[in-house]
Amino acid sequence: MSWFRRHPTATAYLLLAPGIAYLAIFYLYPTLQMFLVSLWTGTAEGGYQLTFNFGIYPQALAQYSDHFLRSLLYGAIATLLTFLIGFPLAYFIAFRGGRFKSLLLFLVIAPFFTSFLLRTLSWRIIFADQGLALGPLKDLGLLPDEFRLTATPIAVIAGITYNFLPFMTLPLYVALEKIPPSLQEAAEDLYAGTWQRLRRVTFPLALPGIFAGTLLTFIPAVGDFVNAELLGSPQSQMIGNVIQARFLRVSDYPTGAALSFILMAAILVGVFIYARLVGTEELTGGTS
Amino acid sequence: MRIARLLDRWLLPLYVALAVLYLALPVLIMILFSFNDPSGRSNISWRGFSLESWFDPLGQPGLAEAVTTSLLVALLATLVATGLGVLIGLALVRHRFRGRSSINLLIFLPMSTPEIVLGVSLLTLFLASTQYAFVPQGTFFPLGFHTILIAHIMFNISYVVVTMRARLQGFPQHLEEAAMDLGANEWTTFWRVTFPLILPGVMAAALLAFSLSIDDYVITVFTSGQATTFPLYIYGSQQRGIPVQVNVVGTIIFLVAVGMVALSTFVQRRQRPDPVEAAEVAGGRS
Repeated sequence: MSWFRRHPTATAYLLLAPGIAYLAIFYLYPTLQMFLVSLWTGTAEGGYQLTFNFGIYPQALAQYSDHFLRSLLYGAIATLLTFLIGFPLAYFIAFRGGRFKSLLLFLVIAPFFTSFLLRTLSWRIIFADQGLALGPLKDLGLLPDEFRLTATPIAVIAGITYNFLPFMTLPLYVALEKIPPSLQEAAEDLYAGTWQRLRRVTFPLALPGIFAGTLLTFIPAVGDFVNAELLGSPQSQMIGNVIQARFLRVSDYPTGAALSFILMAAILVGVFIYARLVGTEELTGGTS
Repeated sequence: MRIARLLDRWLLPLYVALAVLYLALPVLIMILFSFNDPSGRSNISWRGFSLESWFDPLGQPGLAEAVTTSLLVALLATLVATGLGVLIGLALVRHRFRGRSSINLLIFLPMSTPEIVLGVSLLTLFLASTQYAFVPQGTFFPLGFHTILIAHIMFNISYVVVTMRARLQGFPQHLEEAAMDLGANEWTTFWRVTFPLILPGVMAAALLAFSLSIDDYVITVFTSGQATTFPLYIYGSQQRGIPVQVNVVGTIIFLVAVGMVALSTFVQRRQRPDPVEAAEVAGGRS
């Protein structure tokens, strides 16, 4: 018998070692480093020292609370919208897709094969003041000429909703697809109406998908800055825009790192509470 | 009851058609605007049909370099991340060991961290490394191709592991045992039995990694320094006005990606029945 077969546990650790070491150096450690950088003081020209300046946290929170609140609000609205749009879509594909199931699923993920930026820029073309969406309505006199969508919070939320819709639809589909049709038929045989069947049978069984979809949509939505930058105005900037500007425009690393750390911590705490509330144990997808 | 039936039979399919159109609309607009007349300053309003940009898809200063960088980064990041991720996937599905829930958590965390936080934390590592004596000067700074590659490998590993883990469930392990009982060593068993069986999963993971990598903007912008990838080029040119060629390149990438997915689905459908069915027959499970 060979060494590998006699030592299955050692073999497992050998298989894990390179990838886990990589994640430790380039994911785990940088998170700690980000926290340390947030405690630096100094200037980009004169250099930075680690001075354990914890005061930066209340200061950054106070200064950018509007951006944080706006990010949470936009993220929450967009997540709700993706659910409202995605649920009927996932429902149809799971239960009524028939031989078009693969094609429909493919159409849901097809936008991913186009650059995220180009898709967002396409919305700028669609939302333009005399563009595809507004031009005809204005010509018909249904909207005043000065009405605009670009550079408004509506455009930002619409862009986020569009970009993360597949992240909501796919987990919903996976959860719905697992529901045996017999359960829905049983509900119908027992005289449950459409709404009652949805509420008492389909929704509860789709809960893991709703949980996964909400997280997969909300987390990137809150941290997004591309939609706000390309479709919004200075008044609709999100926390991601501030972090990006702190690092890449003004080299104010400590503030940028502190804001980024707050964002990460808030999301981790939120995910933890949410997992407890919904009671899903499949959080990490592990096969225990 | 009648309303419910109406809803079910007509409104839901109509809704799905509209939703699919909504999802496709920006892609169609991107393709349509690759045929726009390139005479204007920016590619926002329609000026008339032209094939000019299609005959010269890289004819903008810097665009060819950006596309080349993107392809190279995506290719190398996919190779390394798929290698590392497949090994982790094999360990997670096929071995029992202490600490597996921590490993699962470590795989899950990067996917549930906003991209901007991943980019920022890597940038802080690169910034701080200049202060550490044990990191040779020039390892990370100046930022460039190598730091983009480091970042892309990092965020791709988790996606590869998750794809592999899903594909490896129910792996017919007794086939390997059979091979070894027949005298094959580890090396032969891996390449002749294990690898052909996991190949469709590896391909799916690699395709996912490649498409994530070639499209990434957020993490790349924090780790790129002076280097430019295709998404960085798009972003950089949107202030000056986006050239029509960007839409041409975007359309080509879209078509190639769709073609690759179609091809891999086709290959999988042809391959899948043979090994899995054979395995199940061999295992007496059918």
